[in-house]
Amino acid sequence: MKFENYMILEFPSKSTNEAFARSAVACFAAQLDPTMEELGDIRTAVSEAVTNCIVHAYPDTIGTILLRARILKDHVLDIVIKDKGVGIPDVEQARRPMFTTGGADRSGMGFTIMESFMTSVEISSEPGKGTTVHMRRRLQRRGGQ
Amino acid sequence: MNFTSFVQGSQLTVALTGEIDHHCARDYMQRIAAKIDAYTPKVCVLDFREVSFMDSSGIAVVINAQRRMAQIEGQLRLEHIGPQPMKVFSASGIDRIIKMEEGVK
Repeated sequence: MKFENYMILEFPSKSTNEAFARSAVACFAAQLDPTMEELGDIRTAVSEAVTNCIVHAYPDTIGTILLRARILKDHVLDIVIKDKGVGIPDVEQARRPMFTTGGADRSGMGFTIMESFMTSVEISSEPGKGTTVHMRRRLQRRGGQ
Repeated sequence: MNFTSFVQGSQLTVALTGEIDHHCARDYMQRIAAKIDAYTPKVCVLDFREVSFMDSSGIAVVINAQRRMAQIEGQLRLEHIGPQPMKVFSASGIDRIIKMEEGVK
């Protein structure tokens, strides 16, 4: 896949990094001249994926989160968020709205929101090895581009 | 995170500010619950006017407040919700269960 630009971040699974991660991706996406709504959608989806790593992938430890964002041809923002945490035994179950193993603190809507805010969301996971979330969002072309 | 609240008659208004994510959600839940327990209002209003960003952690905050209010047979209402938080509420379907008013920023 040909890309036009990319960036890679690595950071520990501390909850203060949720805001950092979504802001960093939003800054990177700014070169695509997104609308406020598109930017809000992207920030939300990144926040959900990074929160999943912090809450679920590394429940009792601080682990590493890898984030790669790329700009592909045709105004597509491609985001990969990867952890080496506990993994998800049943991905289909985890994608279901309201399903959570996080207790009353969590709504179970993370994947549902990623799916409704992004053009595509792919999840691959192996118990004991980690989880990779691959999301894409096609942005509108605006005047002069 | 900033948190202000005031009571008017039997109505408790809690103004949330800034970005609501998992990092601050538990703190918000505990502080809202403490206010509800202290004042046992008939109506609790969560004012979203100053909320610039919210992810699904905010849904859990609202559901928790709703449960607390249901226990004392009160009502929960959300006001002045900006476009980004509103989109998150709509995607979750919670806007069909809890009274919500969108607001212009």
